Amino acid sequence: METAQETIQQTEAKAETSKTFKGTGSQVLLNGLIEEGVTTIFGYPGGAIMPIYDALYDYADKLEHILVRHEQGGIHAAQGFARASGEVGVVFATSGPGATNLVTGLADAQIDSTPLVCITGQVFAHLLGTDAFQETDVINITTPVTKWNYQVTDAKEIQEVLAKAFYIAKSGRPGPVLIDITKNAQLQLEEFPEYVKCNHIRSYRPKPKVRIEYIEQAAELINSAKKPFILFGQGVVLGKAEEEFKAFINKTGIPAAWTIMGEGAIPTSHPLNVGMLGMHGNYGPNVLTNECDVLIAIGMRFDDRVTGRLDKYAKQAKVVHLDIDPAEIDKNVKAEVGVWGDCKETLPLLTNLVNESKHEEWLAKFRQYNQEEIDQVITPELYPTGDEMTMGEVLRNINEICGGDAIIVTDVGQHQMVACRYAKFNNTRSNITSGGLGTMGFGLPAAIGAKYGAPDKTVIAIIGDGGFQMTPQELGTIMQFGAAVKILILNNRFLGMVRQWQQLFHDKRYSFVNITSPDFVALAKSYYIEASKVDERANLREALETMINHEGSYLLEVMVGRENNVFPMVPQGMSVSEIRLK
Amino acid sequence: MSTENTLEHKITKADFDGKQEYTITVYAENRIGLLNRIAIIFSKRKINIESLNTSPSEIDGIHRFNIVIHEGYEVVRKLARQIEKQIEVLKVYFNTNEEIIWQELALYKVSTDEIAEKVTVERLLRQYGASAVVIRKDYTVFAVTGHREETDALVKALEPYELIEFVRSARVAIIKDSAGFHEKLKEFEAFEPREELVENEFLEKGEKIFTM
Repeated sequence: METAQETIQQTEAKAETSKTFKGTGSQVLLNGLIEEGVTTIFGYPGGAIMPIYDALYDYADKLEHILVRHEQGGIHAAQGFARASGEVGVVFATSGPGATNLVTGLADAQIDSTPLVCITGQVFAHLLGTDAFQETDVINITTPVTKWNYQVTDAKEIQEVLAKAFYIAKSGRPGPVLIDITKNAQLQLEEFPEYVKCNHIRSYRPKPKVRIEYIEQAAELINSAKKPFILFGQGVVLGKAEEEFKAFINKTGIPAAWTIMGEGAIPTSHPLNVGMLGMHGNYGPNVLTNECDVLIAIGMRFDDRVTGRLDKYAKQAKVVHLDIDPAEIDKNVKAEVGVWGDCKETLPLLTNLVNESKHEEWLAKFRQYNQEEIDQVITPELYPTGDEMTMGEVLRNINEICGGDAIIVTDVGQHQMVACRYAKFNNTRSNITSGGLGTMGFGLPAAIGAKYGAPDKTVIAIIGDGGFQMTPQELGTIMQFGAAVKILILNNRFLGMVRQWQQLFHDKRYSFVNITSPDFVALAKSYYIEASKVDERANLREALETMINHEGSYLLEVMVGRENNVFPMVPQGMSVSEIRLK
Repeated sequence: MSTENTLEHKITKADFDGKQEYTITVYAENRIGLLNRIAIIFSKRKINIESLNTSPSEIDGIHRFNIVIHEGYEVVRKLARQIEKQIEVLKVYFNTNEEIIWQELALYKVSTDEIAEKVTVERLLRQYGASAVVIRKDYTVFAVTGHREETDALVKALEPYELIEFVRSARVAIIKDSAGFHEKLKEFEAFEPREELVENEFLEKGEKIFTM
């Protein structure tokens, strides 16, 4: 440790007028982050990353560091930041437990294609493999949940590895990258060359040349279709191709439904937006999946929660699949035409070749099913007549107050499905949710990150009473750094989604879903966060307005009906056309 | 270019008749940890690797993996795409046994006394294509290079004479129709590949791909 201190003290950290830089590995790492345009870091210090934190002390004017309360909170915050801003989220954590606490967030970011660069400290290189204090094999633990990872043991590698990390994280199909840096490399004094961004790796081709013959084949199929149907996912958002997508549907007049990861890529109010796909999606899109003749999947991956039973999924349809990742094409659903490429490039080419069209009769079918769903499900949910409040009416009130301009961050469970179903969105990157991994505890920290990623937006975190109790420690982060997040706890005093399944499929054997909660209002207040609780409809609207109009962060707990279910529902193992309205 | 993709597996009816042996050839950067990254693609799906060999390739600095699995075509195709998706992997091919030239090396340790007494060593060497690697007073080591049946046959033949030790290497394979990987690599190294570089050759097969 003495030698470490000495090395730091020897470091003068003066950027010379020449383009080289003399300093430590830690300093060159932070310089590299600035070169990559990083402004915000979510992190937590510890023994093996102390040299980086020591260097960070002098960078306070250039890099904002948010001290989270747990590394999982840090990585979810970085995810929220990345999803709201479209930039790469950056996380610092120490070795051992610091690094293992990142794993859930890495898995979440990997399955939801969120660009992250995580920097973990590691024990000195000469201690690797000795079971040193806080040593853990981070590289091998994180290999299945990272797009790429690398262990740096020599400071001379840092610049190149960092440049590669940012390039890999944000190019092609984005994903999380982890760099593990041994303490000696952080301390190592070197003369470093100028930082050069990476734009090519010979073994990695993120954006393929688009093959025009596949575009032509796709256009031909689309032009011949009588009942075409578009499914779009987060690929449209990640490709920053919202305008290109809009142009495509506006010209073709094809109804388009979204996965929860793609929600908001076009406004909820767009006339061709026919709603949500999947298990708790809308009635029409699910039923009509099995009636369309050409299914056009754009930037989505046919997750099992979207397809239901695969051997009864869209068997009558010819599938056109646009995706940037070739491993997704033909993975779950066989494509008649696979268009491999960035939809930012492929969609305009396709738009050029397709006929202008309107599919009035076909659209009318969606409206017909929608009316049925409105009558049987949506109206009772949004305008309940019973005493108990529903999650749906809370969402309706939020829509009325915010008009669709807020960023809605959700946790996982019933409230998540209700929020995705009923929240209105005018803008892209406004629905932030843990889609693929379904991580309870995601909501609160992700909302903090989203607020840093989009500081001018109202950020509302909608969280269940169960999920909130998984990461409540991040109230401390809000307290200290003041992220003006509106926390809305929809409390049904149950682990609602599991309870719903137990009711429907396990004879109401409510096994360990009866969860008790602390006094959330008092908890928030103990963190000096304004809070209140509503248990009557008469006070709901005013309470929501108070929360949203409050200057800083605010926690509102709303007591909703205990045993409400989310419908429609495609029961597991059933076909999408067997969707139940009750 | 598509007609030149001779390294690639040609789909036949046999591909859909159930499981068979496929040899996966991976061209990759020589990087610590990549073996693990590739191996977990199999273990994640609970697929056993029958044989795995890593070696240098014909290109300086590029490593080559030979992986043998017993699986159906659909599974192998998906695995190949998942492997090719890894950042440090350049190219993945998969082939049936008919499409490759392959060898395995086996070593056999037997008692020299036993073998000299009871077997005509000369006949043994000739019949099984074996060679004597070491002949000592106490034991002799034979080597056989060939297909599985050939190396297995000598195990059978030596069983009565106390086979003290036996070991067989992983499979090494060369794709028969090989045009080589050289040209491709140059393309990979180029920032802007030529128009003809078929980057996703799987997509060439649209109509031939089996439906789930």
